[in-house]
Amino acid sequence: MSATNFGFTDAPVEDGSRTITYIAAISEALRQEMRRDPDVLILGEDVGGEFGGAFKVTKGFEAEFGRNRVMNTPLAELGFTGVANGMALMGLRPVVEMQFADFISSAFDSIVQFAATAHYRFGGAVPWVIRAPCDGGIRSGPFHSQNPEAWFVHTPGLKVVAPATPADAKGLLIAAIRDHNPVIYFESKPLYRSLKGYVPAGEYVVPIGKANLVRAGEDLSIITYGAQVREALQAAARLAAQGISAEVLDLRSLKPLDTEAILATARKTGKVLVVHSANQLAGVGAEVAALIAAEAFEWLDGPVQRLGGLDTPIPFSPPLEDAYRPNAEKIYAAAQALAAF
Amino acid sequence: MAEVTLATHQRLELYYWMLLTRVFDERMLALWKQGRGVGGTFSQRGHEAIAVGAGYALGPDDVVAPMHRDLGCYLLRGLTPRRIFANLLGRATGVTAGRDANLHGLGDLSLGIVGFVSHLPQSLPTALGMAMSFVYRHEPRVALAFTGDGASSSGLFHETLNMAAVWNAPLVLLVENNQYAYSTPLHEQMKVFDIAPRAEIYGIPGIAVDGNDVEAVYAVTHEAVARARAGGGPTLIEAKTMRMLGHAIHDGAEYVPPELLAAWAQRDPIDRYRAHLLSEGAADQAELDEIAHRCEVEVEDAIAFAESSPWPDPAAVQQGVYAE
Ligand SMILES: Cc1ncc(C[n+]2csc(CCOP(=O)(O)OP(=O)(O)O)c2C)c(N)n1
Ligand SMILES: [Mg+2]
Repeated sequence: MSATNFGFTDAPVEDGSRTITYIAAISEALRQEMRRDPDVLILGEDVGGEFGGAFKVTKGFEAEFGRNRVMNTPLAELGFTGVANGMALMGLRPVVEMQFADFISSAFDSIVQFAATAHYRFGGAVPWVIRAPCDGGIRSGPFHSQNPEAWFVHTPGLKVVAPATPADAKGLLIAAIRDHNPVIYFESKPLYRSLKGYVPAGEYVVPIGKANLVRAGEDLSIITYGAQVREALQAAARLAAQGISAEVLDLRSLKPLDTEAILATARKTGKVLVVHSANQLAGVGAEVAALIAAEAFEWLDGPVQRLGGLDTPIPFSPPLEDAYRPNAEKIYAAAQALAAF
Repeated sequence: MAEVTLATHQRLELYYWMLLTRVFDERMLALWKQGRGVGGTFSQRGHEAIAVGAGYALGPDDVVAPMHRDLGCYLLRGLTPRRIFANLLGRATGVTAGRDANLHGLGDLSLGIVGFVSHLPQSLPTALGMAMSFVYRHEPRVALAFTGDGASSSGLFHETLNMAAVWNAPLVLLVENNQYAYSTPLHEQMKVFDIAPRAEIYGIPGIAVDGNDVEAVYAVTHEAVARARAGGGPTLIEAKTMRMLGHAIHDGAEYVPPELLAAWAQRDPIDRYRAHLLSEGAADQAELDEIAHRCEVEVEDAIAFAESSPWPDPAAVQQGVYAE
């Protein structure tokens, strides 16, 4: 487990690092990989032309790489994800853009039935990446705010990552593109332009399956990922002012989970709060909590606590969405209660 | 109608692959009745000419995504009766080494075959993706995908045809219209019983063919493959036939009117082709008997091989989920 703190320190982390936004880091990773490997191509709705995607991640790509490598698809998630399956079986490395993570449900069979099983069944490797812009807090309503990672973590044969920083956004995307398996890459929309951080300029790979201890502490551990890492760090700063030393572990990879890092932090502090934007019920946090209960029980000084979204559709109106979704304030309160245990 | 010129040895090959399918199928069903099978399996009866005629129209570098009625296609593309039978019995020597059931998952990319998943018609976009990889790499290769009348009602059927047409993909999509999807007859599935005309709304050719005439299936597929290879885009082929037995081994198909089966029995693809070859003087009875004998020997060998093959090692159950 690395103690490196990309994105959250003020000091440059490596020669050539620059401060860029989370979304710029995603574009940079894509552009670099497409320049490096002619087998990498992009597929999705509105990704091509001058337009460059709903969030402009691929703006300018068609001009540089041509239509063949930046393919606009009709509105047909099930179909074009199946197309990515076939391309990947033939050795290409398609990066599929879901316009919003919410629409990934329309592609479900192509992902969980075909892509996830092909290698086990007949040795057919399916090295694609699906980029899934997820999460809310930006008043987008029930169908443009979702965090459907648990469905895919529950599916053998897939890998699932969720970067929380610009550096990880770049490094995990490059790792995902180079991986020989189907990888779903959950990029957090609320971080797109609001989070900047140091990102190494050249080739930068963050290995899939490795968590990152973004803040060391003694009294309790907050285990989280995606946009909630920033919230957890804010909460930890406030807790510190109260004399509570909170450790923050950014999972980065949800499948495979870095079980070693999870157990290490649980054993170190003895108190764990697991946080994610996705609804809490049967979410990734349940797996993390069960792992700790099974493997670190004797080290615990309190019950493993979870904080996730409510078990409702994701509401639109600000007071409703704020009631739905975890944030720094709620993490702070939950951590305080846990610390008092 | 497409012109077809087949040399005598090619016609005998078509006959051989169809008969091998039939003998395999009959021996398989008999074995299951004796309780020597594992799980379920799908009869092929009625589909021999489609699977063989279409598969035979591909070049060696082309790829195919067959389904559960296309044993003949798997065989002629090079999956041996041994490997397939061992797969049916869940043995370590089977195509999927015990991981996937019956004809599911019969994939071998070195032979250009993709193993299908149950979820119909997942093979269609997969084949389209393979076709688009050929466009991407400027390779003169073609993808062929099979599906059924039942699957033609799914949204994915439309999605695939539409994208294939928009992208002018080197794809041939063949619907095996066998009058039923499990127990559901055509008239409960669609208002118009012909599927080929749907091609028109996508702006691509749609061709119906007698699915019990192996040379006719070969001819239309050959033409569609040649058009695709030349940059002429996708074709939808509808091959009409009848599923002559139940959906799968457990199914007695009591819901099928006996008169319908009796009528189609007159048009059995293998009986017809045998009579055709004899009447045209392409083969004499002795040659055809020799082919039949070869098929019997191969299938017996495959069964013996499968039944004496080891079971997969349970310790390996978690291997292969991920590509290294
Ligand atoms: C999406 C989906 N739903 C249900 C099934 C279960 N099922 C397997 S085969 C079948 C009928 C398929 O009919 P058709 O496409 O005409 O092929 P046929 O078996 O007649 O060759 C059904 C309903 C399935 N495989 N996939
Ligand atoms: Mg049918």
